[in-house]
Amino acid sequence: MSARNPGTELDLGSISRVQVNQPAVIRHAEQIQSRRTVKKDWQAAWLLRAVTCIDLTTLSGDDTPSNIHRLCYKAKHPIREDLLRAMNMHDKGITTAAICVYPARVADAVKALKTAGCNIPVASVATGFPAAQTSLKTRLEEIRVAVEDGAKEIDIVINRTLVLTGQWEGLYEEIRQFRQACGDAHMKTILATGELGSLTNVYKASMVAMMAGSDFIKTSTGKEAINATLPVGIVMVRAVRDFYWKTGNKVGFKPAGGIRTAKDALTWLILMKEELGDEWLKSDLFRLGASTLLSDIERQIYHHVTGRYAAYHDLPMA
Amino acid sequence: MAGAAVGRPSVWGIFSSMEYGPAPEGAGPAQAWLETHGQSFGHFVDGKWLKPEGRETTSSTNPATGELLATTLQGEPEDVEAAVRAATKAFEGWSRLPCHARARHLHNMARTIQKHQRLLALLESLDTGKPVGEARDRDLPLVVRHFYHHAGWAQLMGTKMGGWKPLGVVAAVITWNSPLLLLAWKICPALAMGNTVVLLPPPCARLSALLLAELGVQAGLPPGVLNVLTGEGALAEGLAAHPGVDAVAVAGSVEVGRSLRRTTAGRGPRLSLQLGGDTLVLVFDSADLDGAAVGLSDTVSCQRGLAPGAGALVLVQEVVAGALLQRLRTRLGKLRVGDPLDKAMDGGALADEAQRGTTETYVEEARAEGAEIFQAWAALPARGPFYPPTLITGVASTSRCVREQILGPVLVVLPFRTAKEAVALGNNRPSGLAASVWTENLPLAMEVAQSLQVGTVWINGQNLFDAAAGVGGTKESGNGRDGGKEGLYEYVKPSWQSRARPSPAELDYKTFAASSGADPPPILGRSGVARPELEENMPRVDRTYKLYYGGAQKRPEGMASLPILDPAGNVLAYVADGSAKDIRNAVEAAHKAAPGWGKRAAHTRAQVLYYVAENLELRREEVASRLGVLTGAPPEEAQREVDLGLERLFHWAALCDKSGGAVQETPLHGTTLQLRQPLGVVGVACPDERPLLSFLSLLAPAVARGNAVVMVPSPRYPLPALDLCQIFDTSDVPGGVVNIVTGNRDHLSRTLAQHQDVQAMWYFGSPEGSQFVEWASAGNLKRTWQGPGTSRPPDIQTLSRTRGDARLTHFQGSSTGSGAPAAAIGLCRASGAGTCHDLWARTASWPGFRPQVLPRAQSARLASTAGRGLGWGSWAAGCLAGGAGLRGAVRGLRRGHNVELINEIVFNCSLY
Repeated sequence: MSARNPGTELDLGSISRVQVNQPAVIRHAEQIQSRRTVKKDWQAAWLLRAVTCIDLTTLSGDDTPSNIHRLCYKAKHPIREDLLRAMNMHDKGITTAAICVYPARVADAVKALKTAGCNIPVASVATGFPAAQTSLKTRLEEIRVAVEDGAKEIDIVINRTLVLTGQWEGLYEEIRQFRQACGDAHMKTILATGELGSLTNVYKASMVAMMAGSDFIKTSTGKEAINATLPVGIVMVRAVRDFYWKTGNKVGFKPAGGIRTAKDALTWLILMKEELGDEWLKSDLFRLGASTLLSDIERQIYHHVTGRYAAYHDLPMA
Repeated sequence: MAGAAVGRPSVWGIFSSMEYGPAPEGAGPAQAWLETHGQSFGHFVDGKWLKPEGRETTSSTNPATGELLATTLQGEPEDVEAAVRAATKAFEGWSRLPCHARARHLHNMARTIQKHQRLLALLESLDTGKPVGEARDRDLPLVVRHFYHHAGWAQLMGTKMGGWKPLGVVAAVITWNSPLLLLAWKICPALAMGNTVVLLPPPCARLSALLLAELGVQAGLPPGVLNVLTGEGALAEGLAAHPGVDAVAVAGSVEVGRSLRRTTAGRGPRLSLQLGGDTLVLVFDSADLDGAAVGLSDTVSCQRGLAPGAGALVLVQEVVAGALLQRLRTRLGKLRVGDPLDKAMDGGALADEAQRGTTETYVEEARAEGAEIFQAWAALPARGPFYPPTLITGVASTSRCVREQILGPVLVVLPFRTAKEAVALGNNRPSGLAASVWTENLPLAMEVAQSLQVGTVWINGQNLFDAAAGVGGTKESGNGRDGGKEGLYEYVKPSWQSRARPSPAELDYKTFAASSGADPPPILGRSGVARPELEENMPRVDRTYKLYYGGAQKRPEGMASLPILDPAGNVLAYVADGSAKDIRNAVEAAHKAAPGWGKRAAHTRAQVLYYVAENLELRREEVASRLGVLTGAPPEEAQREVDLGLERLFHWAALCDKSGGAVQETPLHGTTLQLRQPLGVVGVACPDERPLLSFLSLLAPAVARGNAVVMVPSPRYPLPALDLCQIFDTSDVPGGVVNIVTGNRDHLSRTLAQHQDVQAMWYFGSPEGSQFVEWASAGNLKRTWQGPGTSRPPDIQTLSRTRGDARLTHFQGSSTGSGAPAAAIGLCRASGAGTCHDLWARTASWPGFRPQVLPRAQSARLASTAGRGLGWGSWAAGCLAGGAGLRGAVRGLRRGHNVELINEIVFNCSLY
């Protein structure tokens, strides 16, 4: 992780003038997808980079120590060893960026990773994930417990009520308190953009979250009806850029929810490169929140190396 | 880069650098097509390749690499002859096909093109240097869409275009290097309406046209319907001047347009001009600046569309200039320029080294003037005609890079302080192609869009095109329309009309009608002045007819008079002998009145016309009797003429509020609107036939649609027009809306036709005069409409019974007729299936009379996100409610400017 974002005072003046034109953003999103592509070795290398940015995630009601254990080992060995070797990438430390679980599973994950002998951080969602419709007190407590259990990263989720009713000061204050509760753990702020109503709100919520000291801003919980879409991503990374231009602080970006294919992952990498630059292509400033994405990337790598399309049983499941 | 072969990075190397790699599209299919023709092409005429002996050839090369693609012929006049002959022959059958059969042909063309999209895109990229992605993802889908859309029009011609028929042989001349899309814009409507086409692709990019012609055969298009000639620019002149060509559709530079306008003067073909100009971009402080920056970086890298180059003049509100430039520099730095066949390139090669050189000259000149130049040199290929995306700031409106269009990827940025200033700066240039307005403020967007003198306005977007949305320019960017129903009218004529094929006279344009002459002489040298006495020894008070402009009677600057004779040859009266200076004054007065008149509510304009009719009827008998004395018409005929004049006033008053525009059904995100606006100042030279009726028939439509007119009444019978002045004065016609200058028709028309700030010239006089008006209109590329010279008077029965067509919304084309009479415009009525923008003025159909379309009223297309719940009503209300200050400001601004505003606005408004 890069240097932490200390945040700033709440500056509502600068964000109140902001204008986001939705059709223009949609056109830009279409353009990004059609104007850039990477092929052959470039595609393989970019996909491996995507792997190193994945927060390998399971957020299900039926999570138990056994599937958490499997997930942790997959995080450590995301791509089959022989495939990496064929590309001379077997000794480059290719792992996912983190694994991401519910607070109650943090201890299981920390234990499994320790057993596996690797220092991949555990991220925990918190603050009444996914709806944030619990009291502030319990939301804060949730963070503290997760951190105590060994989570190095906390994915908090914002209170949409505050956004939709325009209570930006209240939102700023809540996130400030979350940040304090996180202590040394890095804080990723989930905006749940599918429930914010407008791209202008997405921009404003992004700015408030960064002013309040978020280390990352993240699109979605994966539980909303609309998750990580490219137009929303465009608006959020523009906010990240504006915040950087204004304060010099680099905040990371994490699209999450609905990212399933290798092509999706490449599109998000291209977006980061085009809008923010190469610095934002590493796991300290870019994460992909996903659970099934990794298997599609592994299939593409398999095809790149062998020239054949893989069967389900050719690649180990998470 | 451990273990990497030379020049090829390892996976680890790429993993570390995260650079983009090459993503080349294989040129195989295009090469294969070229090879099946032995890389050598002839013309494509009458469904076959035509390779006459002894023609010079020229090489088509890939501009990016200089590699030879094929050789093509340099056409000669005999080839033009062969192609026109084939097209004329094919027209017989093609124009008589049932609509449904032509629809099937165009449908099959669309399907055939779809099957070979990859080949077409590759060839277009190879031949023009544009990125293959642009050809594949933008041009080809639009080309296909054009064919489908016009297959629809072919099907519907019988029902939606009743009363119209094809012109004949259309010469399509394309001189920009984005040929495929432009030729689709021309040939689709031409073929759909039953014309046949001789196409001349740009000299620098000929191959895609040839491929399309061959695909036409595959699609089953009858031989001769689509012919392609290759050659240099001079061939275009020969083609346009060919007597067998009935229409010339041009996409090219202003110089090409002027030259073809002069070439075709007096020859009779319809001329449809889509000429140069770059995109004007206005960014307000209320804009989504990132959206604007993306739009601009897209414009700078995009070679297709209306403008041949990629440049734009950007006007940005001073308060956000810094923020916009910061975003622009960042974006331009990310653009990738290089191998056009690479799928991940934003920009490809320019047409040739010459284009590169010209672009560089402009930029270096600006640098020498002290401008700040930002150029994104990164990753530009070392060889080939590539030029980096360039941003020029710190220049003044006097700089050449601001005044002229740069055919390269250059953005010139100027700051402005207020909306009023932005509109003034934007309109202070001779071209009027397209503009893009960036603001989230809806009333501001609407007001600015309507105030800009350009043909197309995109709101919060750029370069959005569709076959259902007509595009075109104003001012020097030409008045042709491509796409939509309005585009069809470029290729049809009223079904009663026959094509006159006059030979142009040997006119000395320098001296033609340069003086008013003295015919008849001011004093006839014989007694015979009709001066009846009131009673014995009590003379009548002298009646002095003056000129009428600015709402007042004025003496002529030349202080001279012309005698007006009655049928017996007696002097009935003297009228002012107007001169160039009087025309100058009248045009000035008209310009003062035009903006206010154009902005009057249509209802109010209608009321004024009804009031004119009311007051005219009060003097019905008197006017009729004076008409009879003047022309010798029998009383009942004179009476009939007055009554028909009244009916015409009613007709045009009725139409005032029924042709404002339409919503167009495009797949674009947002709503596409067509708004019609006045041209500005229209000069009208009236015929001698039916002097009162023709005067009213020409005046009423122009005035009804919000124009101000400078009328030159019949030189032989000017009195009825002058008698009307008192009626105008008492009917609330604002001073300056109607101006009347009497005198020598050709002399006065000469001044009007050469006036740079007259937006249209309607001329009904001699064939020579028509020819001159057409020739002179090349100056500011004003619209012209001529009747032929005339000798035979119209018969009153015809006048009252028949109705010819002239389209209210359009004004274009011209021709000199076959000597048959041109007289009054006939009765007008709305027709069609009840759509309010399909208004046709029907004109008396005595042979040879050529009423063409009436003033192309404004069409502005405007799109809002109506699909997202914002309906017409709500934003219209928003416009009315807001922006009043600006409205006033713009009105002030327009005074003294021409207000030809044919806007097509695509408007996007964020609601999300």
